[in-house]
Amino acid sequence: MTVNGASPLVEMRDMRVSFGGVHAVDGVTIDLRQGEILGLVGGNGAGKSTLIKTLSGAQRPDSGTIFVDGEPVDIHTPIDAKRWGIETIYQTLALADNIDAPGNMFLGRELTTGFGNMDDSAMEDATRKIMARLNPKFQNFKAPVASLSGGQRQSVAIARAVHFNARILIMDEPTAALGPAETDQVRELIRQLKDEGIGIILISHDIHDVFDLADRISVMLQGKLVGTVNKGEVTIDEILAMIIIGKMPDELTTAEIADLHG
Amino acid sequence: MAVTEESTTTSEGALTPEVPEGGDPTGLRGRVKRTFAALEIDTRMFGMIFGLVVIWIGFHIWTGGTFITPRNLWFLTVQTSIVAIMATGMVLIIVSRNIDLSVGSMLGFIGMFMALLQAEWLPALIGFDQWYTWILVLIAGLILGAILGLIQGAVVAYLGVPSFIVTLGGLLIWRGLSWVMARGRTIAPMDVSFQLLGGGARGSVGGTVSWIIGAVASVAIVSFLVIRRRNRLKFGFRVRPFWADVVLMVLGPALVLGAVWFLNQYYLPIGLAEQYVEEHGLDIPPEELEVPFGIANPVLIALGTALVMTFIATRRRFGRYVYAIGGNPEAAKLSGIRTKRLVMLTFMLMGILVGLAAAVQIARLNSATAGLGTLQELYVIAAAVIGGTSLSGGVGTVFGAVLGALFMQSLQSGMVLVGIETATQDVIIGVVLVAAVAVDVAYRRRQAR
Repeated sequence: MTVNGASPLVEMRDMRVSFGGVHAVDGVTIDLRQGEILGLVGGNGAGKSTLIKTLSGAQRPDSGTIFVDGEPVDIHTPIDAKRWGIETIYQTLALADNIDAPGNMFLGRELTTGFGNMDDSAMEDATRKIMARLNPKFQNFKAPVASLSGGQRQSVAIARAVHFNARILIMDEPTAALGPAETDQVRELIRQLKDEGIGIILISHDIHDVFDLADRISVMLQGKLVGTVNKGEVTIDEILAMIIIGKMPDELTTAEIADLHG
Repeated sequence: MAVTEESTTTSEGALTPEVPEGGDPTGLRGRVKRTFAALEIDTRMFGMIFGLVVIWIGFHIWTGGTFITPRNLWFLTVQTSIVAIMATGMVLIIVSRNIDLSVGSMLGFIGMFMALLQAEWLPALIGFDQWYTWILVLIAGLILGAILGLIQGAVVAYLGVPSFIVTLGGLLIWRGLSWVMARGRTIAPMDVSFQLLGGGARGSVGGTVSWIIGAVASVAIVSFLVIRRRNRLKFGFRVRPFWADVVLMVLGPALVLGAVWFLNQYYLPIGLAEQYVEEHGLDIPPEELEVPFGIANPVLIALGTALVMTFIATRRRFGRYVYAIGGNPEAAKLSGIRTKRLVMLTFMLMGILVGLAAAVQIARLNSATAGLGTLQELYVIAAAVIGGTSLSGGVGTVFGAVLGALFMQSLQSGMVLVGIETATQDVIIGVVLVAAVAVDVAYRRRQAR
């Protein structure tokens, strides 16, 4: 599991989560390296979201171990995850709609003055600075985020993840709610973050999204890991076969491939 | 949605105020809107103040000039204070998507406890009317309030019982316990120092101190505006136009000092004036004596409470988290906020405020009865809701709730002055409550579009 002798940034080993007898995640092992984008794909109910929730601290696994830089770590809460530099952008964005952009960006990690009062100016300043980089058109720093467009809300969620020096970024369907222009913008941003050395786990329904961006792709089906492949060594069809049939490319028969196109 | 981005990005320069879109930019409405935007006055809040002014003037005319008088408004402020104290806490409860139906009964229970403590239990130990009795009683009452609130909050947060049910239970439990504790007796009188918490001639600060308080408040308003402006300029953020800040710096202190001036014209009535002349060995006829009551203690307590609660709600993390929970509980949890603990603490805070309100109430009545605080929960919730707190959570301000309390009390005391019977008063207040929320809902729907 080592690359160039170094430990992977994150390894999740033999993760299991079950809800009342249903195995949502059933013995899955994946790893992520520095500056890498790992695509995590699978159909509805494949267990992708549950798996990454164990990494972001939103869901406790029944068993399994998470390693950061090769060291086993305990992640029980979102705070634990953030302590290890693991930031998550949820599909729902997880924004408090009634609070403005700086308030959301620093939610749970507010900047305070010496007396423990919130330092709104400093937070707005930091938000303006990061937005100048991520989305220069963003100007609405005082309005509740409910009044922002989908793309602007997405920017806030991304800014929140990036601002705190994330080393590991989990993005759950980052482009699902966006128009074409905004999608391109987010894709560009993902590449930029990768170049900065951040490890990214990208979850998406959109196989083209993943195929464009990811270095490696892990496929899940019914709670189990079908396999992890290097993008350069597979075709989109082969990935689709993994998602739908649950077979690795070398196990596929020509009849099955024909079926896919049926 | 895309329009929002468009319109704000086109506003040029750092010093231009953000203008809310929608509305005719050239007509009178557009101009009024822009003026408000520059002053950063919430149009909703303005609507409420406007409504308040309308009913004040309406009652003034209807009563033939007895409503807007120093005496009547002085009493109005005192009567508002008890509901206002509790409404400041109810806002946070409702903002976090909960409700507290128990505050009236809890006020009765804590009030009865404090009454018994100072009239029966403590005197048995330390004798009557020690100078420190009132402090012991008040602290005990606040602690009891904290405990009761903590119990209810813990059941809501950790056992997951809906707050509606928990506090409905509390409504019955605290009322029943209050009766059990005193067997339905009326406990009186209160400790002489404790009585001062309730207002009256001795429980008011007098003319000079009122002026000092007004002056301090004015200085505070101006410094707040100056510091805020400087701070925002330091970061290069947009600030209000200079004229707008100047207007606020004049308007704020003018309102405060005007209120002090007006209320200070409520002088001691003849009986108390005679006493005053005698005590101070003055050589003027009592009917010519013009000694103002000044701001009543309960009003100072309510104003202080509102200030502290506003500070907690807007400047502290605690407040920010309460709003976050109300806006999106899931997001709050994912941000690492300990939502359960926080909800429990809001109920504890509510309990403390109920304890404070109970102290003022029994001091004012100089007694505690079995029915103390009955139906107060409804007035407190109504004040918060009329003041713009949304029952679906996430929205509401402490200042709005205080205004709401004042609004309701104005309505009620106006109707008393006019001579409307109690039953009809209830009908009218009920209608106003529903109408106020209907207007608010319609307004918000327009804003959201």
